[in-house]
Amino acid sequence: MKAIVAVVKRHKVDDVIDELRKVPVLGITTWEVLGFGAEPKEDVEIYRGHEYRLRLKPMVLIMSAVTEEMLEGVMNIIRDYGNTGEISAGKIFVLELEDVMRIRTGESGLAGLLRSEQKLETS
Amino acid sequence: MNKFFYIKSLSLTTIVLSTVFVPRAVFAADGLDSGDTAWLIVSTALVLMMTLPGLALFYGGLVRSVNVISVLMHCYAIACISSILWFVLGYSLAFGDGGSLNSVIGGFDKAFLAGVSFDTLAGTIPETVFFMFQMTFAIITPALIVGAYVERIKFVHVIWFSGIWLLVVYAPVTHWIWGGGFLATLGVFDFAGGLVVHATAGASSLVIVALLGKRKKFPDDLPPPHNPGLTVIGASLLWVGWFGFNAGSAVASDGAAGMAMVVTHISAATGSLVWLFLEWWQFKKPSLIGTVTGTIAGLATVTPASGFIGPIGGFVCGLLGGIICYYAVNIIREKMKLDDSLDVFAVHGVGGITGTLLIAVFASASLGGVGLEDGMFAQLIRQVAGTVVVVIWSAIITYLIVVALRAVVGLRESEKAEAEGLDYTAHGERSYNL
Repeated sequence: MKAIVAVVKRHKVDDVIDELRKVPVLGITTWEVLGFGAEPKEDVEIYRGHEYRLRLKPMVLIMSAVTEEMLEGVMNIIRDYGNTGEISAGKIFVLELEDVMRIRTGESGLAGLLRSEQKLETS
Repeated sequence: MNKFFYIKSLSLTTIVLSTVFVPRAVFAADGLDSGDTAWLIVSTALVLMMTLPGLALFYGGLVRSVNVISVLMHCYAIACISSILWFVLGYSLAFGDGGSLNSVIGGFDKAFLAGVSFDTLAGTIPETVFFMFQMTFAIITPALIVGAYVERIKFVHVIWFSGIWLLVVYAPVTHWIWGGGFLATLGVFDFAGGLVVHATAGASSLVIVALLGKRKKFPDDLPPPHNPGLTVIGASLLWVGWFGFNAGSAVASDGAAGMAMVVTHISAATGSLVWLFLEWWQFKKPSLIGTVTGTIAGLATVTPASGFIGPIGGFVCGLLGGIICYYAVNIIREKMKLDDSLDVFAVHGVGGITGTLLIAVFASASLGGVGLEDGMFAQLIRQVAGTVVVVIWSAIITYLIVVALRAVVGLRESEKAEAEGLDYTAHGERSYNL
């Protein structure tokens, strides 16, 4: 199992979510976050003729847990639909995932991640 | 001088007449104009709305999200303090009879509204209504100064400063121009408060920020305004309220009030567009905050002129007021490096003074105004003289008040409180408990 932690532009996140919803068994959690990446300079905003520095850019962080087989497909969706074609479009981080537990049933491991019908297929 | 002055003379006469010759109730029934009275009661409500919540929201949206309560509290507390002080002494100092000192200050004869009853008249309206209408001006003027010192001043200083300032800066200047003092005698025109309200608040703002110092992160490291939407709501309430401010200053429901309303609106709209297009040209984007600042610049500029000029004059007030205030903001902040945080001087002070000077041109009958008896040049000299006197008085007295209060109650919050925000450190509340 892998954990996906992706940071994407706010205005792209709806497209990404709509497409991820089509993937069976996938669940996601998001946060609105602030951050900086490798862009060469800070953004500025101008109010009454005065420039204000924006130290951090607003982004959306998407977290999800997937099986090894699902990983590439999910990454591709985020990549395809989150891509602005410009610098600071975001990043996808993939982490090893030690365990998952479904709170309702207490199932853990793959059974915690997948739905019961899915579990039958894989077992 | 404006209609207040005539009203003042009139009201003294009528009060004397009514006590001596005629049963008061009978006289009141004769002299009172219900149309005038109704409009002034409405105007009073409109002008109070300019401060609560108009100005409070206008300023509240421009500060950090941790200083909103502080700014709202400043405006609210000042409204209450000014009301009480106006009743206790301010109204009497401004519109009372100063006897031998009447050219510089009113007396104590109307302290606690002595002698003002149900049927006392000021011109064609009850004096109670005139008192209330003037009170709303006494509320907004010290509240305007809030924009200069936000995000770093001690609340206790705000309380003391605003109260003392009302009695020793605002009340005398009001008396000089509207209460029959020496500037009225000189023939200085200020219909609704370009000098009395905007120049006093603007000049005092510069002095207080010079003594108070800049915010720690000024100018290059400040966070942006936390909620432009609040600022726009505030500016819009100010715009509507300004109809009471300017058209109400006719102290009558008549043609002067109607024309004052026209020029006020034209100037506000013109000033807004001036900022919109200047920013669009200079920064490639027309900003909302800039546009509504232009509204206030247009309104402040037309204020002193509103009862004296015609529609073209209103348009020029918005145009010139907008342009001059636009560049004044830049000069005060970027060149002089003064942290007049929400541009009280650059917008209100400069706007009010610009309008005060423009009266000398656009009050002339050939340009659609009410006419100038002694010509443009003579009037311009009077307007300049009035401006110089008012600005110098406001600056010197503000300096003395702030220096004295700094020694007694302190002036500036600690660095830690400033960094954390005054909402919690000064008031124990947070603006947004999300």
